[in-house]
Formats: sequence, structure tokens, C-alpha cells
Amino acid sequence: MVIRLSPSTVGQSVPRHEGAAKVTGAARYTDDLAIPGAWYGKTIRSTVPRGRIRSITLDPEAFDWGRVVVVTADDIPGDNVVQLIRDDQPVLARLGGEVRHKEEPILLLAAPDRATLVEAAQHVRIEYDTAVPIFEIDQATEVYSTVEISKGKVLEGLEDVEVVERTFRVGLQEQLYIEPQGAIAYPYRETRNGTRETGVTIVGSLQCPYYVHRALKRALNLSDEQAVVIQAETGGGFGGKEEYPSIVAIHAALLARKAGRPVRLIYDRHEDLAATTKRHPGVIKHRTAVRKDGTLVSQDIEIVLDGGAYCTLTPVVLSRAAIHAAGAYSCPNVRIRARAVATNTPPNGAFRGFGAPQSLFAAELMVEHVAERLGVPSVHLRRKWMLRLGDTTATGQKLTESVGSELVLDAALKAVSVVRPSGRPTVRRGRGLSLVFHGSGFTGSGEKKLGGTIALEALADGTFRILTASTEIGQGTKTIFCQLAADALDVGMDKVILAPQDTSLVPDSGPTVASRTAMIVGRLVQEAAGEIKERLQREKAPIRVEKSYIQPDSIHWDETTYRGDAYPVYAWACTIADVDVDMATGEVRVTDLVTAVDCGKALHPVMAEGQIEGGALQAVGWATIEEIKMKDGGYQNDRLATYLIPTALDAPRIRTILVENPYSRGPFGAKGIGELPMDGPAPAIIAAIHDATGVWLDEVPATPEKVLAACASR
Amino acid sequence: MRFTLNGRPVAFAGPGSRRLLDVLREDLGATGTKEGCGEGECGACSVLIDGEVVDSCLVAAGQVEGRDVVTVEGLALQDGRLSRLQQAFIEHGAAQCGICTPGMLLAAYVLLQRTQRLSADDVREGLAGNLCRCTGYTKIIDAVLSCTK
Repeated sequence: MVIRLSPSTVGQSVPRHEGAAKVTGAARYTDDLAIPGAWYGKTIRSTVPRGRIRSITLDPEAFDWGRVVVVTADDIPGDNVVQLIRDDQPVLARLGGEVRHKEEPILLLAAPDRATLVEAAQHVRIEYDTAVPIFEIDQATEVYSTVEISKGKVLEGLEDVEVVERTFRVGLQEQLYIEPQGAIAYPYRETRNGTRETGVTIVGSLQCPYYVHRALKRALNLSDEQAVVIQAETGGGFGGKEEYPSIVAIHAALLARKAGRPVRLIYDRHEDLAATTKRHPGVIKHRTAVRKDGTLVSQDIEIVLDGGAYCTLTPVVLSRAAIHAAGAYSCPNVRIRARAVATNTPPNGAFRGFGAPQSLFAAELMVEHVAERLGVPSVHLRRKWMLRLGDTTATGQKLTESVGSELVLDAALKAVSVVRPSGRPTVRRGRGLSLVFHGSGFTGSGEKKLGGTIALEALADGTFRILTASTEIGQGTKTIFCQLAADALDVGMDKVILAPQDTSLVPDSGPTVASRTAMIVGRLVQEAAGEIKERLQREKAPIRVEKSYIQPDSIHWDETTYRGDAYPVYAWACTIADVDVDMATGEVRVTDLVTAVDCGKALHPVMAEGQIEGGALQAVGWATIEEIKMKDGGYQNDRLATYLIPTALDAPRIRTILVENPYSRGPFGAKGIGELPMDGPAPAIIAAIHDATGVWLDEVPATPEKVLAACASR
Repeated sequence: MRFTLNGRPVAFAGPGSRRLLDVLREDLGATGTKEGCGEGECGACSVLIDGEVVDSCLVAAGQVEGRDVVTVEGLALQDGRLSRLQQAFIEHGAAQCGICTPGMLLAAYVLLQRTQRLSADDVREGLAGNLCRCTGYTKIIDAVLSCTK
């Protein structure tokens, strides 16, 4: 038996690390930082979806351009590329060059005050030779990437096999972090002793300091040391601050460099909605063969995602979509063909779930359609088909531990009672269920390639310092890392401190994305702490230990064939949604939502529930009211008055059941669950609408117009 | 122009047409009040003016002359300790990213000032003008209800 000197905090809902700062207003977000002498920046953007820039005119009669700083593509000292996967997205479109979407950045302005900035912006004139844009997936000709997954043989034409075919559509969604994008750039870096050296410093609202660091180095031609990226307190991310902050940071840096002073580039909500990345919309076709007894014979799935005008992270989103496309089920014969195409809409990018909510939406509704054809309850099919310990996924991954499919299904079913009628004549009530899984950590060899690194220091004063680039964006990273270190060191949490997320201080722990932070990076923190504890028995502080992710030998992944262990482990969720559908107005109201989640181990139960509840409501929004209307390649409802997200009045009470089913390589058994809660609610809600009305929508969002139209055409 | 901010007299230079939000953040250093949309939709910039919750992005600073304004910085107790409501937000996990928290706290504070007899539905209605994207609201409602007992 291990005798602890300090009470264990893992599994306890300790106070949030930065909680007091957040409830008193003391927490400093990017726009809260007062910087004497800083100028204000602004981005001038394309007004056409496709064309060539014929002229850029700064009218010398109308405005004294000496009052402002103007940056064009000619002012970029490095490559005019936003560093990510493909080198297709320019930092700024250049004169004579093409623009591929509305709101594409062309020119940057900075001024000492906002009024001058607004005035200057009015006198920039840009003319285009327009080209015919492509807005629809089926008209797209350029393909960003394809994925093909194949298991067994997709059988056809067999006796006594039912084939069910359906097509599903999913819409755009905005992350809608409440703090808009923003960065402050300084045209220098400060050394430890306070002197200013050549370089650029960025302080910004961001998830991934080292993504911004790489992008900054490339566009501004800086060395590792010359580029410094510091995360300010960040008001939500949800993927929206994974790759986009690189653009904001480079723009701010270009302005600061030319102005010779700090520049603040803070988007307002309208600009943020109009210009930044959204969840990929798509079309997903399923063709499923089953025997009359319900045996699943084959799944044939085709996915097309709209990547928008530049590649961004689209190939990785497509990969995750494809790997999750067969759902949480065991099928001997699977074919998944996926492709992502280019259109002239603003680029789509990372958003919680990263393609999986799209493909799981289709997979889950497909279970409903097959059940309806066979005349059996869909929950029976789920029980029959679901992946269990020892089963293999579509990529041929054998599930060897922590498979919570049955646990979450049982737990969710146990938590609900019978559905009662609404009691109102025009309102029908219904219930739907979904069962999903979500791979924790990067896909395939992603973690191996990345080799995320942390450091832990035992300091001479008896405290311990965690150095990591993993960011706190509301999900609780700072609290959980301190819990993990304190428990593994067997010290109180007051002895553990965190270095700031500053690239000049902390190693690259990889991006804060992909449900990887608690599980992958947290495990490194735990291991480093264990090593320090042991060394302290014979050595004296200071001690510094660095830990990098090493892929276990048991994980095999072939990127060319898409065969093998797609993820280290999966988290599982069963969601039951009750809805009221007003047959007079078409309005859908989610009245109750129960979700049981196999998280491995809840390191901090309140925060784990908070992640699940927040993700679930984001999914409720995607499924019901969050509709983006396109007009001429732009978003028509690009204001918060017209793009609606759920309020406290719209939100159901969300009941979370944490199921602990430990994973041997997670810290204290934990698995990543940041994205999973985004996957289940949408199909459960559409199934509930069917239960209430008898109508299948097969698409999200289920807006009142679509519900009424579907009911009318029945 | 003068008004009372968190119990203390303050002054700012005009023009009175400037947004109260900007005067608070830029002139008076009260950056706890956040800008989420600038159009009165999200409630991140909520403050109290004479005890009423108002979106400070929609208020001309001149309108608060001689009045009493409370921001999140004014919610802690006199001795600097956290109020019961602030404590409850931490304990219940009602603050995640924290950007909506100042406005949410002020809206909740007013609800609790009016009556301690609140149902979950009352709280939902009272907080409907303040958007949160992190929590799904469940934990926020729990935190507010915990202050009614």
C-alpha cells in the first residue's frame, strides 16, 4: 500500500486554477491589455468571391496617407503563405493576383486611433476582374484530398439481404467563442534581462502557440528565437482558434513591423463571423446491407466535404470524418470513400469534432433507417452491431481495452423514464437516441510525428513548475495539469506552478486540439512528475525533466492504406434527447438531454461534466437553430443578431453521467473527451423529431422551415 | 463628466457619445467588462446602472452622468474576499473560458437581489440575455440556485 503525504486531488473537483481571476474580472484577455503607444489595425478584404485584383487605389486627394501605415503583399519579408498543410493560402492577396473568396485579406491598415482607421478604410478602392465562382459541392472540380478505407468486401445482390440507401446533409457552423479573434504584435522581442532585440512578439487569443510560431517565422522570415508567441487568457476556442490565429498574428506583426510600434488587431464580431473558418458542410451517402435478422452485412459510405477556398486543415478533418464514418459498429465489410473539394466560399477549418460529428450524424441516422425497414427498435440493432472488446473497426483496429459502448448505452437508458405527451394540442413530443465513439488524440501516426514535449522542474524553493505549450481555453488544462503533477509528486497543489504559454519559455507540447491535451500531454506531466519524485530521493533540486511522447510499439498505422490503429483509444457516448415539435410553427425544442460518457477516468468530474454539457449544447445548436445562409459566396447572417446560438432559455437541462472505464496509457486512466460531446446530440435530435412527427429530415439544422416543409410533403 | 463606479466617484473626458464600454475599459481600466459583439446581443458587456442590467456597448457614456455603475470589479466583498455568488461560480464550474462570466455574474446578482425564491426556469429567463458557449448553462444555473438556499 502506498502511503500518501498529501491528499490526492485527481478525481476531486478542486477549484479552477484561474477561477478567482475569472470571477473578479482580473483575468487579462488580449483586448484587456493596455499598451501605451500601440496603434489599431484593420484588415481590408475582398468583396468578390472570385477574381483577379486589377487595381488597388489609395486616393491621395481624399486622405492624407501619411497618417496611417499601409501594408500590402509587397511588405511581406518572408513567404506570402499561411503555413499549415498546403502552401495555397496567401497572407495577403497581391495586386494582379487572384482572390478565391469573399472576405479574403488584401490590405492592412494601422492608425493611432479608431476614427482615423475607419476614415482611411473608406478611401481604399480595389477593383477586380471577376471570374465565375463555384459555390456548390457538386460543381467543384478541385479536390483537396481523398481517403479510402476498405475492410472485407462490400457485398451486393445477395439473397435475403435488405439494402437501405440514404443521403444526409450537414450545414456550416460557427464556433462562436464569445471572445472574438485578436492579437497584439510588438516589433521586437524582449530578452530575459529586458533588452529589446530584433524579432516579433505576439500576444493573442489562441489555442496553439507553436502553430502561430511556425507561421510567423515563415511569413516574416524570422528565426526560432526571433519569433515569440504568448497566449493571453483566451475566451473560448472550439477549434476556431486552432489555425486562424496564425493569420491574425501575421497581419498584426506586418503592421507592427512597418509602424515601428505595437499594433492591436482585434476583430469585431461581424468581421469574425464573416471572415473566419466554419465547420465543414457536407453530403454523406450510405448504402447498408443487412439480413432480415438484423445482421449487419456491409456498409458503403461516400463522404464529400466542402473545404472552401483554401485547404487549411481540410485533409485532416476529412481523415477523421472517414475513420468515424462507419459509426461505433462492427461490420465485416466496409467501404468508405471520402473527398474534400474546393469552392469559392470562405475556408472551412477546425471545429470541435473535426469531421466526426458530420460522419457520425449520418452513421447514427442510418441505424434508424435500417431499424425502420426491418421493423425493429433501433436500440436493438445498436446492441447487436456495436463494437465490443476484441472487435475490429473499419480500419482493422482491434479494440483491446476500455470499450465503453455497452456501459454508456445501459447507463443512459437507465437514466430516462417514459416519454409523456406534451399536453398541448399543437406540440408533439418524441425521443431519440444515439451511440457514438470518438478517437482520442491525433489520428494515426500524428502523435508520433509530433512528439509533443513538456518539461517539469523541481525548484530550489520546494515548488514544481510545469512547462507546456498546451493552452487553457476554458476546458481546464491548467487545473488538471496541476492535479496530475501534484498527485504524481505527492505534494499539495499549492506547490505546483505553471510557466506561461510563451514559446520562448516552454517546449512544443503540440497543439491544444484533438481531445489530446489531458490524455496525451497530461500523461507526460504525470510521467515527468513520477521521475522527479523518484530522483528527489537521491538528488537535490533544482532538477529538470523533459518528456516527449513515444508511441507504444503496440500501435501500428499505415497511412497509405488507412489500415491499423487509427487512434490510441476511443471514448464512447450514448445520448438520449427529448424534443417538442410545434406542428404549427415547426419549432423544435430540446426539452431533455441525457448523455452517458465513458471518459476512462474523470480527473476533475465538474470540469468533465462541463465539457460534455457545453459540447452537447453546441451540438443542439448545430442540430436546431444554427443555420448559415449563403449569399453570393458570403454569409448572409454574419451578425450575432441573425446567427443565433442557444441561450439559457433555449437550452435543455443536460444530465451527464460519467462512466469510468480506465485506459491503461491515460493519466490515471483518463481518455480525451473534448470533442466527443459534439457527436451524439444531432442524430438523437433528428431521431426524436421523427419519433414526434413521423418525418425524417436527414439533415441539420432542423430549422422550423425545414420541419414544416417535411411535414407538409408527407 | 462624473459618475459612481463600484462605489467610488470617477470622472472621464467626453464626448458623452462614447460607449460606456469604452470609457470603462480604456479610461477607467475596468477591463473586467468584455466586448463580445458590440451590438447588444451577447451580454458580455453587461453592467449595472442604478441596479439594472444594461449592455454597456449600447449606452452612451453621457447617459450615466451622476448615476451608479457597478461592474464585475465591484462584486467582491468590502474586504476583497469573493462574494458567495463568485464562490459558487468557482465551485460549480460555472466559469470555463470566463469571457461571459463578468456579465453573467452581474445578471445573476440582480436576480438574487430581487428575490431568493428562484426556480431553475426563473434563472434561465433572467440569464437569457447573456450568451455562454462553454458550459451549456447547466453549471451556471446550479451556481445561481445554490445562492438561494
